[in-house]
Amino acid sequence: MPEPMPQVRDAIETELQHHQQATREVPDHPERTVLEVDDVSVYYGDYLAVRNVSLDLGHNEITALIGPSGCGKSTILRSLNRMNDLITGARVEGPIRYWGQDMYAPGIDPIEVRRRIGMVFQKPNPFPKSIYDNIAYGPRVTGMQVGSMDDYVEQALTKAALWDEVKDKLRQSAYGLSGGQQQRLCIARTIAVQPDVILMDEPCASLDPIATLRIEELMAELRDQYTIIIVTHNMQQAARVADRTAFFTAAIDPVTGERHGELVEYDKTTKIFESPADSRTEGYISGRFG
Amino acid sequence: MSTYTPATSGADARRAVLSTSGRSREQTPQSVLFMILLWLSLLIGFVTLAVLLIDTFADGLTRLDGRLFTGYPSSRAEEAGARPAILGSLWVIGTTAVLAVPLGVAAAVHLEEFADRKRWWNRLIEINISNLSAVPAIIYGMLALGTLALVGVQQKNIVIGGAIALAMLILPVIIISTREAVRAVPRELRDGSLAVGATPLQTTWRITLPAAMPGIATGTILGLSRALGEAAPLLLLGGLVFLRFDPNGLLSQFTTMPIQIFSWTAQPQAEFHTLAAGASMLLMGLVLLMNGAAIYIRNRYQKRW
Ligand SMILES: Nc1ncnc2c1ncn2[C@@H]1O[C@H](COP(=O)(O)OP(=O)(O)O)[C@@H](O)[C@H]1O
Ligand SMILES: [Mg+2]
Repeated sequence: MPEPMPQVRDAIETELQHHQQATREVPDHPERTVLEVDDVSVYYGDYLAVRNVSLDLGHNEITALIGPSGCGKSTILRSLNRMNDLITGARVEGPIRYWGQDMYAPGIDPIEVRRRIGMVFQKPNPFPKSIYDNIAYGPRVTGMQVGSMDDYVEQALTKAALWDEVKDKLRQSAYGLSGGQQQRLCIARTIAVQPDVILMDEPCASLDPIATLRIEELMAELRDQYTIIIVTHNMQQAARVADRTAFFTAAIDPVTGERHGELVEYDKTTKIFESPADSRTEGYISGRFG
Repeated sequence: MSTYTPATSGADARRAVLSTSGRSREQTPQSVLFMILLWLSLLIGFVTLAVLLIDTFADGLTRLDGRLFTGYPSSRAEEAGARPAILGSLWVIGTTAVLAVPLGVAAAVHLEEFADRKRWWNRLIEINISNLSAVPAIIYGMLALGTLALVGVQQKNIVIGGAIALAMLILPVIIISTREAVRAVPRELRDGSLAVGATPLQTTWRITLPAAMPGIATGTILGLSRALGEAAPLLLLGGLVFLRFDPNGLLSQFTTMPIQIFSWTAQPQAEFHTLAAGASMLLMGLVLLMNGAAIYIRNRYQKRW
């Protein structure tokens, strides 16, 4: 395996130091598996987008999904809370178990799945409503019994580190917030339905570095209560926040010429960045860090 | 100098030289002529409209008075008014709205959000809706007539009959504009709602429809203002009656403003023509007001996402 260039090695070291400051000891394998992806392939119509992915996602851990564009990270992420059901033609093959129970089994209500496994999107997508109503929306539609909605909204916004910035303008439109604030509002909105797992698809892609940092700090805080799975294009980000990292890539089928995404390697973040087992991981990471 | 001369040094090589002859190809004689033609067409349309408006206004001003609103039709022009027609228009348009808006919005939402586009019947419905807007208005009068006969109503010229005809007439407008408004709501908003555990129906009710509301309102108002000015289907239902009482219910006989105007212009005496001009002003004012409201709503609530 080729040695990465010295400056790349340094950059990785720096981010991993951040990582070690921000994270705890990570066991070799997740102690409690919340989501078990078991040899899953996802199709769009006839097109096999990702094939044979197996992943055990740990409870109260942050897992990063990395890899080049089009390798199926978003596809796998959307499969984890059945958001793929909403795309016509999308089909998930193979079980994904949530606390041991196949979420694609007949009789499972996808609405229930999505309430427990929330999602934050690439572009902040607050509702065209007030800040307050954005948070209260989830509890209202899911019929949650909350003592006082005001207190509840405050709690959710506090958890998302947004309360101090918005407490005086709760009745104003969410569109008045900055991009970073909107994204934290979307995280608060997700938290408000008390999910177990939060999926994030490149949540910082449209944010500036400072807003990005705030989201990363927030993720580290949320880890103790939730499981976070984040897709990111940003290697530094993965190195900074994730306990574990899964590297995906797309391989061209020699027979059909079609590109299919696949999981190359899944391990502790330190392992993936310092001594990956697969040369494709090594190449991708040093390329992106260069 | 108009040709690009490569310079020798590396930095200069990237600098192209722009022509300084002062002749612009944006204004050739042809393009100027074309612009004049365009302006002329605009002018003709505008002048015609202005002359028509001013002429009607000058004619009708003397009879745009209280009597127009309070009087009943009469054989003596100075006593006649359009009270039953004004109330009739309100009744019919109100009923039309009650029939057409829920139906049109529901149809549009179904087609846009729930219908499976791969099914042939859904595609057939889509094609037919676009075609419906090209159907002559009078056909809808016949349809309403048929509907009334089918349910065994003898009396043709009743509020509900007119409203059925006009509702069918404006359904395509409402459906098409609602679909456009619903389609313009970004996918991400729906995803955000579904991702917190809302059902598709809740998402439609609480997110998509409110976000599409300005567009729906605009389309609905434009449709209703079209219905307000429509006479043909109502004439077919026998709407040319000389009414001396106010309409008071769905089964009441009625006349509307366009029909009243039509019947007055058919009178030989000039006084009636003045009366017709006065009523036209009122009708035009109403339609302008509605269209103005539609434009206001559209601009006021333009895309907020
Ligand atoms: N809705 C869809 N319909 C059809 N193909 C899709 C759809 N979404 C993604 N794909 C395809 O699936 C593959 C994986 O896409 P995606 O999961 O978005 O990749 P990533 O998030 O890693 O960039 C790509 O080839 C992409 O073109
Ligand atoms: Mg993606």
